[in-house]
Amino acid sequence: MTARALRKWYLVHKWTSLISTVFLLLLCLTGLPLIFHEEIEHYFEPHPELRPLTADSPQIDYDKVIAGALAARPGEVVRFVSFDPQDPLGAVITAPTLVPPPLEAHVQPFDTRTGELFAPEPPDDGFMTLMFRLHTDLFLGLPGYLFLGLMGLLLVASLVSGVVVYTPFMRKLDFATVRSGRSSRLKWLDLHNVLGVVTLAWVLVVGATGVINTLALPILGMWQSGQLAEMTAPYVDAPPLKGLGSLHNALQTARNAAPGMEPSFIAFPGTQFSSQHHYAVFMRGTTPLTARLLKPALVDASTGELTDMREMPLYVKTLLVSQPLHFGDYGGLPLKIIWTLLDIITIVVLGSGLYLWLGRRKVPLEKRLAELQTSDLETEGRA
Amino acid sequence: MRRGLWMIFRWPLLVALLSLFGLISALIGDEVYDLLSWLSLGVPLLLLGVVWLRLRRSKRALG
Repeated sequence: MTARALRKWYLVHKWTSLISTVFLLLLCLTGLPLIFHEEIEHYFEPHPELRPLTADSPQIDYDKVIAGALAARPGEVVRFVSFDPQDPLGAVITAPTLVPPPLEAHVQPFDTRTGELFAPEPPDDGFMTLMFRLHTDLFLGLPGYLFLGLMGLLLVASLVSGVVVYTPFMRKLDFATVRSGRSSRLKWLDLHNVLGVVTLAWVLVVGATGVINTLALPILGMWQSGQLAEMTAPYVDAPPLKGLGSLHNALQTARNAAPGMEPSFIAFPGTQFSSQHHYAVFMRGTTPLTARLLKPALVDASTGELTDMREMPLYVKTLLVSQPLHFGDYGGLPLKIIWTLLDIITIVVLGSGLYLWLGRRKVPLEKRLAELQTSDLETEGRA
Repeated sequence: MRRGLWMIFRWPLLVALLSLFGLISALIGDEVYDLLSWLSLGVPLLLLGVVWLRLRRSKRALG
């Protein structure tokens, strides 16, 4: 590589890193508790105790569940019904209006075998919500998401340029050498290199899928005006619903239409995931991968008949598969622990990069690059 | 010795391929696939564990 090319790559690595480091540190730190959000919430919040089934346990009637949930929340409407992928637990999500800000929602869990309603969950606020907002949108909504997405793109550029500038350093060194005997700077340079290169693939995947996740809102908008609009086109001029028909029958219709799949969640008519006239039942597969690939079945909310069911388009599937790859929640507790350790190593890489820059920022770039190149050339004759 | 690209990147490449395999494996299935995922994503951690041990040993030797 010519000295000029190396200089350019070095500048890319320096500036992409410098601009994004503070935000990447924030993302790494807030991401740590979020890896374990299920375990933390399960531990700190009261959760429903499932009763063992007996011969005379009642069979669930979803219409009774909805009626019961609404009776507990007078004046509210149901927006969604969601299903736990592991336990026979569901939740009715109600709110004052069909499209409120998401924070005003109330969640009432129920047993999906018997239909028994449990005490409503306390509203989400406090530590985990703070971590979540700092990790996703910095309390800024869409601009916050997109800004953090941009920081993710800088991370990707920093990783690529980092690999390029790694090359001249390693001309004379064995892989994973840490020269600890001389200066602290040299030790941390070698550590930055080995920690960075060893975790490269993981950081690249988590970074890139994080960037895709920041596009969730635009992707949802595209799907609404694209596939969802197409699927509900025959209902555009239909008169408004007089009342909601049976959810129980609608769910049965969707189950029959998608054998071997399970419901993931149901969007009620009027919410952003459905039309004004449909229960949108989002079915999912049963492996870790297919469980993410939702398949919406639209059921006429008054007649209970299936009107359309389609695979999601590729751009939505990309988002849905990016989610587990970013969260690390798809391979049990050991995978979460691996995620934690790699996250901590990433913090060390970020910190050591900052330390290396702080230590040498007064030395002119030309001199630093010259040192690198001459030591490189010195050995060339011998090689 | 001045190393070529292959010599520089053969170990990082192997670690990266193992990591990608581990990331995908747990997506495909549970149980065995999860186990394969933990083992292959554990390789970079194991490697850094060795680096750390070497570092501690050399510190003690300098002592």
